Parts: sequence; C-alpha cells; structure tokens
Amino acid sequence: MLLEVRNLKVRVEDKEILKGINLTVKPGEVHAIMGPNGSGKSTFARALSGHPGYEVTEGEVLYNGQDLLDMDPDERAREGVFMAFQYPVEIPGVNNAYFLKAALNAKRKQAGLDELDAMDFMKLVKEKLKLLHVDDSLLQRSVNEGFSGGEKKRNEIFHMAVLEPKLALLDETDSGLDIDALRVVSEGVNAMRSPDRSFIVVTHYQRLLNYIVPDFVHVLSDGKIVRSGGRELALELEEKGYAGQVEAGARK
Amino acid sequence: MEAMVQAPPAWVKERRDLAAKRFAETGYPTTRQEDWRFTNITPIAETRFAPAQGSFAQAASLVAGVSVAGSLRLAIVNGQFAAGLSDLSTLPKGIRIAGLRDGARDGTDGLEQHLGRVFNIDSHPFAALNTANLDDGVAIFIAAGAAVETPIHIVTVTGGDGTAVAAHPRVLVVAGANSQVRIAQTYIGAADDVYFNNAVVEVVVGEGAIVEYYTDQRESDRAYHIANIQAHVSAKGVFASHAFSTGARIQRHDIGIALKGEGADCTMNGVYLADGERLMDTHTSLDHAMPHCTSHEVYKGILAGKAKAVFNGRIIVRLDAQKTDAKQTNRALLLSDDATINSNPQLEIFADDVKCTHGAAVGQLDEEAMFYLQARGLNRVEARDMLLHAFAGEVMEGLKIPALREQIERNFFAALGRDVELKA
Repeated sequence: MLLEVRNLKVRVEDKEILKGINLTVKPGEVHAIMGPNGSGKSTFARALSGHPGYEVTEGEVLYNGQDLLDMDPDERAREGVFMAFQYPVEIPGVNNAYFLKAALNAKRKQAGLDELDAMDFMKLVKEKLKLLHVDDSLLQRSVNEGFSGGEKKRNEIFHMAVLEPKLALLDETDSGLDIDALRVVSEGVNAMRSPDRSFIVVTHYQRLLNYIVPDFVHVLSDGKIVRSGGRELALELEEKGYAGQVEAGARK
Repeated sequence: MEAMVQAPPAWVKERRDLAAKRFAETGYPTTRQEDWRFTNITPIAETRFAPAQGSFAQAASLVAGVSVAGSLRLAIVNGQFAAGLSDLSTLPKGIRIAGLRDGARDGTDGLEQHLGRVFNIDSHPFAALNTANLDDGVAIFIAAGAAVETPIHIVTVTGGDGTAVAAHPRVLVVAGANSQVRIAQTYIGAADDVYFNNAVVEVVVGEGAIVEYYTDQRESDRAYHIANIQAHVSAKGVFASHAFSTGARIQRHDIGIALKGEGADCTMNGVYLADGERLMDTHTSLDHAMPHCTSHEVYKGILAGKAKAVFNGRIIVRLDAQKTDAKQTNRALLLSDDATINSNPQLEIFADDVKCTHGAAVGQLDEEAMFYLQARGLNRVEARDMLLHAFAGEVMEGLKIPALREQIERNFFAALGRDVELKA
C-alpha cells in the first residue's frame, strides 16, 4: 500500500473543511478526486503536501507505512510526494534550473545517492523535456515569474518529471488551461505513469479525465467522499452534474 | 626607536585646524538631530579610544585573507598607508598612487586641490573629525582618457591588540576626463576588537569618466564603523557606488553624490545584513544640480535578531535640473519580530519637468514561496537562503569584479548562518 488515509479531518483557519476522509492508494494507481467548489478537494491535496495553513485535527495518513503527517513538507517531498500546485508561486531572482537542481539533489542526498553535477543534471533535464515535448525556454527564467498560465502548469509537470515522485498530487492542474495546453500537460502525466508511481488528480471537470484516464473516481462533497467508482462515475457526473451526489452518497 | 616625524605642509595643517574647530563646535551628533534621530552613537562618544598607531598583530593575515588575485592592492592599516602590505607590482599606465602623508610632503599634483574639497564638513561631524585627524591614507589619480582594466582594491584593516583604538582612514580618488576605473574598499578588523573606524572617501569624477566604487564592510562585531563617501560627478560622467555590509556593532554610512554637470549618471546601491544587536544606518543623498541627469538607487536590507536599521534616502532636484530622472527603491526583509527598520525617503524637488519615483517596502519572507520551495524538497534553511540570495542578488549583480564578487557573496551568505534564527 502506498497511501492510506484514515478519517482525515482538516481545518483551515477556524473552519472544518475535511470531515473524515478515507482513501487507499496502491502503487501505480490513478485516483481522481472530483467535487463542486468548496467540497474540500484542494484542501485534501494541500493537507497531504503539508501546507502549514491546513491543520489536521483528526485521523492518520500512512505513506509507505510511515506517518506522513509527522513529516515536514520538505521531508515529504524528499520521500517522494510531489505536489503540482494549482497556483504555482512566482519567485523572482531564483533561476528555475538552479532551483530544480537543488531540489533534485536534496532528494538524492536523502536517498544516499551522489549529487548530480551541472552536466549530468542538464543531460537529465534534456531527456525529460523531450519526454514532455516542451522546449527549454522555461529553464533559465526565474521560477514561474511572468509565466503564462499554461507555462506555469507545464513547468509543474516538468518539475515532476525531473523529481520522479512516488506519489503525485495534481491540484486542479487543468484550471485555466486551453485545450492545447491541457493536452500537453496530460501527455506529460501519462508519460510519467508507471507501476511504481501513483497519482491523485484533483479536478472540478471531467474534461481532464478524458486525457488522464483514472482507475478510480471519488466524489467529494462537504468534506467527505460521498461516492467512489471507476471511470464511468466521472462520465455520469458530466452528464448529471454534482447535484444529487450527496443524496446518492447518503443512500448508499 | 623614534620615528622621524615631519611637520605636514601648511595647507594640511590649515584644513586640520579648521575641521578641529568645527568639530569642537558641533561635538558628536545626538539623537536630537534629525539626521541622527534613530542612531545613538553614545558608545562611540563615551569610549576612550587611543589614537591608532602603527600596525597590530593580525594586520598582515587580515590583508592576505581578503586579497583578490589580479588587482592592485593598497593596504591601509590603522588609517595609515602600508606600502609593505600593498601590491603595486602591476601598476598600469595612467594611474598615480600616493600615500597621503608622503604625497602631501612631496607636493603630489592634485592633492591640495581636491583633498577635503568634495564634502562639506559643516554637515558631517564625523568627516570633520576625520579631517581634524588627517594624517594618512591613499590618493588615486587616473589620467584623462585612461581606461584602467586592473581593479584597485583598498584593504582597510584596523585593530589595537586589545586596546580600543580610533582610526581615521582617508581615500581620495580623482578620475580625469573620459577615464575609467573600478575601485573596491574592504573594511575588516581584528575579530572581537573594539575599535572605531572613521573613514572618509572623496571621489572626483571628471567629464565623461566612469568610476565604480564598491564598499565591503565586514568590520569586527564589536567595532564602530562610520564611513562617509562623497562624489562630485562632472558632465556625462558616471559614478556607481555599491555597498555590502555585514559587520560592525554600529555602522553609519553617509553616501552623497552631487551631479554637477549635464548628462551625468549615477547608481547608488547597497545590501546589508543586520543581525544580533547590530545597528546599520545608511544615509544617502543625491544632489541633482544640473539638467538631464539620471540616478538609480536600490537599497536592500536583511534584518534578524534584535537588529536595527535606518535608511534615509534624500534626493534633491534643484531648480535648474530639468529632465532629471531619479529612481529610488528601498526594501527590507525582517526575519525576526524584534528587528526594526526606519525607512525614510526624502524628496526635495524644485524643478518642474522631472521624473522621480521612490518606493519603500518592508516585509517578511514570502511564506507561500517558502512553502513552494519546501514542497520540492528544500528544507527551511535552504529555502530561506535561496530566497535571500534572490533578494540580495539584484545588488550583488552590480559587482563587476568577479573574484571579489565571489568573495563578498561567500562572506555575505556565511554571515547569514551566524545567528539568524528561523521562525518555525
């Protein structure tokens, strides 16, 4: 088991947003978390990444059998949890390639591997850029500074490809993307799918799931998973909308 | 052994006496004076400093420690030019260098004309005190049209082998028309020594000349460092001052640039790290006296511990100075709740067709950026250092002597690890 979430309750400021989430993710699986605005799906991703603004009040999360909630965000990252941000932060003055190299080497150090030098790093970067079909224009710019919405999301996926996580959390990666950008990003994610890498894809729209086909779909409403199913659940949601899901869940 | 003491020429004595008289009238500045409101120099006024004389034990090793390969080195030890620790072996054409004491005695051309003429002792009590103690230092003359490739590195070391000493180093730079030169001055002292270093630097930038002046202040943690840099810039001349500060218990920098000819341009940048109980005060003054001049000013501060910083950025645009373009930015990052800064832009504009902008921002580290970096695997210290590098980088990039830049960056970021405490 890669991830076991048990009765996770999370508060943001004084408001309880997640009211007891249970979820199990095996290696290689892709889980989609869907739900209307305010249902708590982004909160779920951010809490798993360790954002300090999201306070866990109850429950536990086991990652590879370890207590994930006990780890600092950077520890989680070095252990293989990756968060693709909904709103990637602009960091003026920090070179994108330089930052990514530092991040990769922090992770390699933790794993007891040698740090990559600039040449080996650039070789790896070139491979990943090719895999993702993105050009290298983002490399020498400041992290996300002045990037278009599409560039920001592509950069997140590029970071993911270089850092090769075991668990990738995609927080509304599709928001603000046109269809071409969505395709590029999705193809990047698909190229990264492997039996030892799992994804939790948080999205409002089923559209993304046409490109990134999930193994499981969970519907979140008012801080709880109210329905779970296969890919067909996403298609049903597209047809019928989120209305009625809460009741359907309650009846189950 | 008795040193041969020769009386200085009459003009030196006159300027000393006048300055001594002025200082006797004004005395040490107090916090009742606007320019010194946030900077209490009582510890300087109340410490009995012995006049620094001769060298001290660590002088040679301190000079060696900061020396930069490929530069001309001028050592000033306890305010006095130290030929033995200097390296003038590669003196290029177009430069004349003189120790002030010897130069005054020998009647070095230009010395009497310029020394003490670039600033007004009435408004700078410590510069008056320096002049009252005028004894030695260095003078650098760049011939008209000479483009000096080799950087000049003035290494100012101070210490008293356990005795609290006061030194009054003095530098004069005169750049002839259309000449070019890069000069760096490092201030360093015997670690843990209490001393008072009261420096004055005067720069005369001739027509069309380009002078870059870098100040690297890394005095002992218990030192008092007062430095006054004043420059006069002629028409189409360019003067750039870049100041990097990590040391001293109290630092006061007064940097004044007067743009005295049409089309002159200046840059006045600085970045400082104030931690512990340090007080770092920077007072800048830009005098736009003539039309079509431009000025760019960026000061950045990183404050931690219980440090205090003061930034006062004065810009005067005189009636005749039409088409002035002046830009001033002051930013500070507070890494602790107990650090404070007083930031004060001071614009006095008398011309009507000018562009003047100023901005001041005081804030904390961007926690969302911190989280983003952490979420990629950097720990909090690594993430913070990366953001601080980026913050300081804009000013560091202005340092155009690669070997020195590397050294200053290394010193600056090593200083970050001193006692900067991370908030959880």
